[in-house]
Amino acid sequence: MSTLELLALQPPGWGGNLLRGLANSIQIAVGAYGLGLAIGTAGAYGKIYGGPVLRDLLEVYTTVVRAVPELILILILYFGLTDLVNQILVEMGRDRIQISGVIAGIAVLGVVQGAYSTEVLRGAILAVPHGQIEAARAMGMPAGMLARRITLPLMLGNAIPGLANLWLIATKDTALLAVVGFSELTLETRQAAGTTKAYFTFFMAAGAIYLAITLLSQWGFARAERWARRGEPAVAAGAR
Amino acid sequence: MTGTTNGVQAQPAERPEAIAVRDLRKSFGSHEVLKGVSMRACEGDVVAIIGGSGSGKSTMLRCINFLETPSGGEITIGGERVEMRPDGSPASRRQIERLRQSLGMVFQSFNLWTHKTVLENLIEVPVHVLKVPRAEAEARARKLLDRVGLAEKEGAYPAFLSGGQQQRAAIARALCMEPRAMLFDEPTSALDPELVGEVLAVIRALADEGRTMILVTHEMKFAREVASHVIYLFNGQIEEEGPPERLFGAPRSERLKQFLKSVA
Ligand SMILES: Nc1ncnc2c1ncn2[C@@H]1O[C@H](COP(=O)(O)OP(=O)(O)OP(=O)(O)O)[C@@H](O)[C@H]1O
Ligand SMILES: [Mg+2]
Repeated sequence: MSTLELLALQPPGWGGNLLRGLANSIQIAVGAYGLGLAIGTAGAYGKIYGGPVLRDLLEVYTTVVRAVPELILILILYFGLTDLVNQILVEMGRDRIQISGVIAGIAVLGVVQGAYSTEVLRGAILAVPHGQIEAARAMGMPAGMLARRITLPLMLGNAIPGLANLWLIATKDTALLAVVGFSELTLETRQAAGTTKAYFTFFMAAGAIYLAITLLSQWGFARAERWARRGEPAVAAGAR
Repeated sequence: MTGTTNGVQAQPAERPEAIAVRDLRKSFGSHEVLKGVSMRACEGDVVAIIGGSGSGKSTMLRCINFLETPSGGEITIGGERVEMRPDGSPASRRQIERLRQSLGMVFQSFNLWTHKTVLENLIEVPVHVLKVPRAEAEARARKLLDRVGLAEKEGAYPAFLSGGQQQRAAIARALCMEPRAMLFDEPTSALDPELVGEVLAVIRALADEGRTMILVTHEMKFAREVASHVIYLFNGQIEEEGPPERLFGAPRSERLKQFLKSVA
C-alpha cells in the first residue's frame, strides 16, 4: 500500500483510527488540564491563605506527585483507585464496576497536573503587586469578587507561560495512558504500525500531529498572554 | 473637631460626626506602634496628620478602615461603631466591607489596577460592588475624570500615565464610590517634584468643596493651608494638636518645634 492509502481515513487505511486516537487524546488532555487548573487554583489559594494543616496537606500533595514518575503514578492511581473503589463497593454489597478509560485518564492526569498548576499559580499570585489587592480591599470588595476580578486577571500574565508548558505536557502525557490500554493517539499509532509494518510512516504521522497541536497551542497561548498583559507597556522593545 | 479623649469641646453649630477614633492601640508583635490615640472628624473637617517617619501615621490611617487590625480602642464611622472582638479584630466582615465603601482611600503608590483602563478602574466598585447601573457609573466617572483633568485618558491603561496622572485617577476612583470621607496616605510622596502641584490642586479643590478628609502628609505648607485641624504624632502618641495656625505658628512642645525645624 502507498503512504496515502495507509493513511486513508476509510479502512483498509488507518487514518480514521489515528484521528479517533487524537480525539481521545485531546479529550483527556482538555479534561485533565481543566481539572488541573481547578485543583491548582484551589491549591494555590490554600497554600497562600490556608491554615497550617491545609498548607501541610497541600505540601505533601505537591511534593509526592512531583517526586514520583508519572508512569508509576498513573499505574498506582489507575489500578489502585479502581481496586479501592471496587473493594468499597463489594464491602457495601454492590457489584464491581468498570471505570471508564476516559474518566480514569482525566482523573489521573488531572491530579498530576493539579500539583504542577498549584505551584505555577501560587508563584503568579504572589507576584501580583500587593497594593492593587489592598486597593480593592480598601474599597470594600468582598474576598471572592476580589479573587475573581482583581487577583486572578492580574496574575494571568505571570502564569500563562507556565500554564502553556503544562498544557503541552498534558497533551503528551496522554500517551502514558497507553499502559493502561487506553486507545489514545500513541496506542492507535502503534497498532497501525505493528499491523502494517509501516513503522516510519505512522510514527512520522503521529509526530506531525503532535507538532501541529503544539504549534496551534503556542499561537493560542501567545495571544492569550498578549491579552492578559494588555495593560503593561512592552518591555522587549525597550532598553531595559 | 477636637482631639480630646471625650471629644467634647465648644463648637459653633455642631456638624454630624464623620469619623471618631478613641484610644486606638496597635502593636506589631511586641512593638507597640500606636499607644492610644484619639481623634474626631466632623463632616467637612480636614484633619492633617503629621509626624516623623515611623511615628505611626500610616498605621493610624490604615486602622480607620481596618487595613490594619487594631489591637484595641474604638472606631466610629458616620455614627456607626465598628464591632470589634476583644483582641481588636473586626467582628463582622460584612460591616467592615460596608464601612470601607464609605471611605475613599488614596495610597502613596496609587495602586490603580493595571489590567483595567482608567474608566474601568473608576466604575469597578460602583458597578460590581455597589450595583450602580453601568451607564450611571460611567457618567459619574467621566464627570470626575473631567474634574481631575483626565477626560482624555479614560481609555488609557494606568502604566501609560505619569505618576501625577495616576494619582489623580486614583483620587477620582475613590470619589466615584461617593464616599463619606477621604483618607489620604502621603498622596504626593512618590511623585517627582514637578508633579506634586497638580495632585495637591485636586486635593485642595476637594477641601474647598467641604469634603471630609484625613490626610497624612509631609507637605507642611499644604497642611497648613487646607487643614482645619492638625495632629502631630510622635512615637505612637499625639504629642500636640490644634488648628493649623496655632500648631505651625506657635508650637508648644519641644518635639514639634524640632520637627517643624527639621522639615522646614
Ligand atoms: N506590617 C508591619 N509589621 C511590622 N511593623 C510595622 C508594620 N507596619 C508598620 N510597622 C512599624 O510601625 C511603625 C509605624 O509605621 P508607620 O508606617 O505607621 O509610620 P509612618 O508614620 O507612616 O512613617 P512614614 O512617614 O515613614 O510613612 C514603624 O516602626 C514601622 O516599622
Ligand atoms: Mg507612612
